[in-house]
Amino acid sequence: MISSANSSSSRSRVDAALRPALFALATASAALLALVLLFLAGESWPALAEGGWRRFLASDGWYPASGDFDLWPMAWATLAAATGALAIALPLGVGGAIFTRFYAPPPLAAAFRRLLGLLAGIPSVVFGLWGLTVLVPILARWQPPGTSLAAAILILALMVLPTVALTADSALAAVPPDWLAGAHALGLTRSATVLRVALPAARAGIAGGALLAAARALGETMAVLMVAGNVVQTPTGLFEPVRVLTANIALEMAYAAGTHRAALFASGLLLTALVALLAWSAARVGERTNA
Amino acid sequence: MRSSITRTAALLCALCFAAGAQAADERLVLTGSSTVAPLALEIGKRFERENPGVRVDVQSGGSSRGVNDARSGLADIGMASRALEPAEADLNADAIAMDGIGLIVHADNPVHTLDADQVRAIYTGALTNWKAVGGPDRRITVVNKAEGRSTLALFLHHFGLTNRQIRAQVVIGDNEQGIKTVAGNPGAIGYVSIGTAEFDQAQGVPIRLLPMGGIAATVDNVASGRFPLARPLNLVTTGTPGPLVRRFIAFARSERVRDLVREQFFVPLAR
Repeated sequence: MISSANSSSSRSRVDAALRPALFALATASAALLALVLLFLAGESWPALAEGGWRRFLASDGWYPASGDFDLWPMAWATLAAATGALAIALPLGVGGAIFTRFYAPPPLAAAFRRLLGLLAGIPSVVFGLWGLTVLVPILARWQPPGTSLAAAILILALMVLPTVALTADSALAAVPPDWLAGAHALGLTRSATVLRVALPAARAGIAGGALLAAARALGETMAVLMVAGNVVQTPTGLFEPVRVLTANIALEMAYAAGTHRAALFASGLLLTALVALLAWSAARVGERTNA
Repeated sequence: MRSSITRTAALLCALCFAAGAQAADERLVLTGSSTVAPLALEIGKRFERENPGVRVDVQSGGSSRGVNDARSGLADIGMASRALEPAEADLNADAIAMDGIGLIVHADNPVHTLDADQVRAIYTGALTNWKAVGGPDRRITVVNKAEGRSTLALFLHHFGLTNRQIRAQVVIGDNEQGIKTVAGNPGAIGYVSIGTAEFDQAQGVPIRLLPMGGIAATVDNVASGRFPLARPLNLVTTGTPGPLVRRFIAFARSERVRDLVREQFFVPLAR
């Protein structure tokens, strides 16, 4: 923590008031997160205490009415959907960012960036509705039933594409111009400059954007709920219906009571753990590349 | 520094209390079935307008919660989208509307009728192609409801199935999602509220309701009680409800809210 105590000459009444106020704000936001975690743990406690955490890992499927709460199939489905979405969005987004930064004429690049900003602002339920009424019927004609892991991946890829592209774009923009000029002066071709200078320098920013996108893909609810089919089963193929953890909560929460409700909070806890793991690895990636 | 935190916390608490202190003179709390809740909310609004000073609070959370809350006194009135079970005979149930559940297929599907055994075979995964029931060579997409919904419970009970036996390809939440899923897939079969399906069909959505037990799935047949797969939408109370509760129930069953019942695609009680 950087203390302002040493620069006593500039200490004013404003500083004296600002410090406790900012401290209170910082404490409040940290406390909020702690409260959310405590709440999740508290609400899922009845299910955890009654059958132990094992019931979430070794039950005979997800049949809340008869007390079976196996979370594995949904955890796998969640990871598969997020990974698949990134696998599509990453090359598209980074490719698009390189194009706008190094190859596109400025008016086209500006239009492209504005388009991505617009795409980022579309509410997820709109993507879901489009997926349900356009994408799923197309898939259904080819590989019934249509509502599937593939549909979820495609919709999620569309939703996280702007995040990937915009963060990659600003990471590339932050590459020091001297380096690019130096590469040019050394007689490197444009492709070599991009691949050997700009991309390695922007690596941390691109990775950060990818992890941000992954977190969004893990947490997305409505759009996936509408296109994934929501059958609880371990994904075995792209065209099989799956249910992700968020959809599970949204589908059943309004109707759940007792242990069933607690089990839904436990799936929320698992999801939070997944996102926390992701945030932690994002921090690690940032540290390593900055060091 | 510490004192400023305490002060902030105190201010927040004060704000919360101030917000909570604004309460109406008389309050009716309804909890339970999310099928009944939207209708109860509309009826509540009209009841508030005709009875100034009364506030009607509607919270959804499933039929079981409605029954439990009515019994424990947490709610003045519980909402249940099913008939009371024998274990719940200590409570009163007053129906405010009926709801029928009908099987729907895509409008292009040439299959016009399925008997109960065929429906059972389709939903348990024994039949996976429409060819087996006289349709085209097309895979069947079974659309089921998510666990906890009373529509699912009623459907399972009617066909004598358990949720474990069902092999579904799509699990849906509400009726509209089910209708959109079937409308977008010529091989799909699902079951939804008849009122909603009839309305969407009239709007040109490509779905078709299948008859059940030889009786056409129409709102009229639900109203007359002939349609086999129907359920009452009940208001549940304990033995001795107060005067305000009795007045609300009488209002909810009266002619004055029939338009609201129809607007929510339910079937008004037969007179």
